[in-house]
Amino acid sequence: MTRESLDRQMRQIEDEVLLLGSMVEQSVLTAVDSLKHRDIDTAHQVIEDDQYINEKRYAIENAILILIATQQPIAHDLRLLAAMLEVSTELERIGDYAKGIAKVTTMLGDSDIPIPIREINHMAQIGISMLHRALGAFIAENPNQASAIPLEDDEVDQLYNKVYRMLIDMMIADPSKIDHASLLLWVAHNLERLADRVTNICERTVFIATGELLEMDTSDDEAV
Amino acid sequence: MNTDNLPHNNNYVIETDRLNIYYGNFLAVKDVNLKIPPRKITAIIGPSGCGKSTVLRAFNRMNDLIPSARQEGRVLFHGKNIYDPDVDPVQVRRMIGMVFQKPNPFPKSIYENVAWGVRINGFSGNMDDLVEETLRQAALWDEVKDNLHKSALALSGGQQQRLCIARAIAVKPEIVLMDEPCSALDPIATLKIEDLMRELSARYTIIIVTHNMQQAARASDFTAFFTMDEDRAGMMVEFGLTSQIFTRPKNKQTEDYITGRFG
Repeated sequence: MTRESLDRQMRQIEDEVLLLGSMVEQSVLTAVDSLKHRDIDTAHQVIEDDQYINEKRYAIENAILILIATQQPIAHDLRLLAAMLEVSTELERIGDYAKGIAKVTTMLGDSDIPIPIREINHMAQIGISMLHRALGAFIAENPNQASAIPLEDDEVDQLYNKVYRMLIDMMIADPSKIDHASLLLWVAHNLERLADRVTNICERTVFIATGELLEMDTSDDEAV
Repeated sequence: MNTDNLPHNNNYVIETDRLNIYYGNFLAVKDVNLKIPPRKITAIIGPSGCGKSTVLRAFNRMNDLIPSARQEGRVLFHGKNIYDPDVDPVQVRRMIGMVFQKPNPFPKSIYENVAWGVRINGFSGNMDDLVEETLRQAALWDEVKDNLHKSALALSGGQQQRLCIARAIAVKPEIVLMDEPCSALDPIATLKIEDLMRELSARYTIIIVTHNMQQAARASDFTAFFTMDEDRAGMMVEFGLTSQIFTRPKNKQTEDYITGRFG
């Protein structure tokens, strides 16, 4: 082993990606919690904290570019660094979804609209569980684990369809609820997209191991 | 080692067939089957002692000049074994030229360095035109056109190496072998040689031995990775498109070498 400096710095960046991942997981769960409890203060905190997620992502990008420029990594090393660049972008976007959900909490205020919170919460739990294991498989560079995760997206899609139907029914029954119900549609949409981005992370894990970039099938049947 | 699927045709300029090369009793190169595609740049890389220069020298019978060296197997140039008894090694070296690690121009004028090989081959055309055309091909003309009759030794290292390339191509060979042609040059002169190799590959087949993996990655179309076995005999591990070798090598030994973790 003669590339100790490169190896050490790559491990450090991996740690940073994991840290970014846990910041994002926390942000999504807190945002959904703020919606559940109509907790506007917590929602504002999520919105404010998104900047730390963005900063962390730029720091990771910068560290990767410096490493590429100074160490000339190739083959597996280069694939790992390119994949981490991609994954940190996906994570940052998932952070934006959390911020979007928190914004909905603030916009709903204390309106009396019934929130399908059980389904929304369930979507978030599944999505975050997928994300957590996807990052584990990514760092472990385990393509078999990574390939299995996107299949769970089906359950998220089904929940999304259910929430969608509930909210549309609510709008038809009471058009005065359209404004707030469409905000909730946005929440469900964000959580559905979260699971899609987890699939992208899993694709990168396969890429590191094999060098093949392939689109993973998630048998997509979302409502809109 | 199977190179059958690369590239997708059978028109190889050089093919080695179970090439073994010995220095005395020492087996220096073992069982190399390598196919060189025409008008491409093929890089041979590998750690010191893996036999890459020995294989390169086998391509124009330069090993004949080393008394203890002998080889088994065949080196086919357009299907003809260059080690057959009826083959004249001088004729082989006219068709397969060579450029060395250290620029080694003759202690003569720039003009004479280019003209010399052609003249002893009995060239009877317009020598001035040939010298100019050759120096242009070697991307050296603009720098030396006003000093053609000055000593080649007054040129910079990079210019001397381009002059050696001009000397090699003046006799219109098919193949130019390059043994670490940039190891004595600074980075700018190195990039100039690499650009020149790219231009020359439109007309000539280039085979380059290099220790500089970035150079192989930048400048070649195909890469052969050599290493040595437990008896220190050099052998070919992997051959493929350079873009594949440096992004997705198939062999673990190749990956370890190119990523700097072995060798």
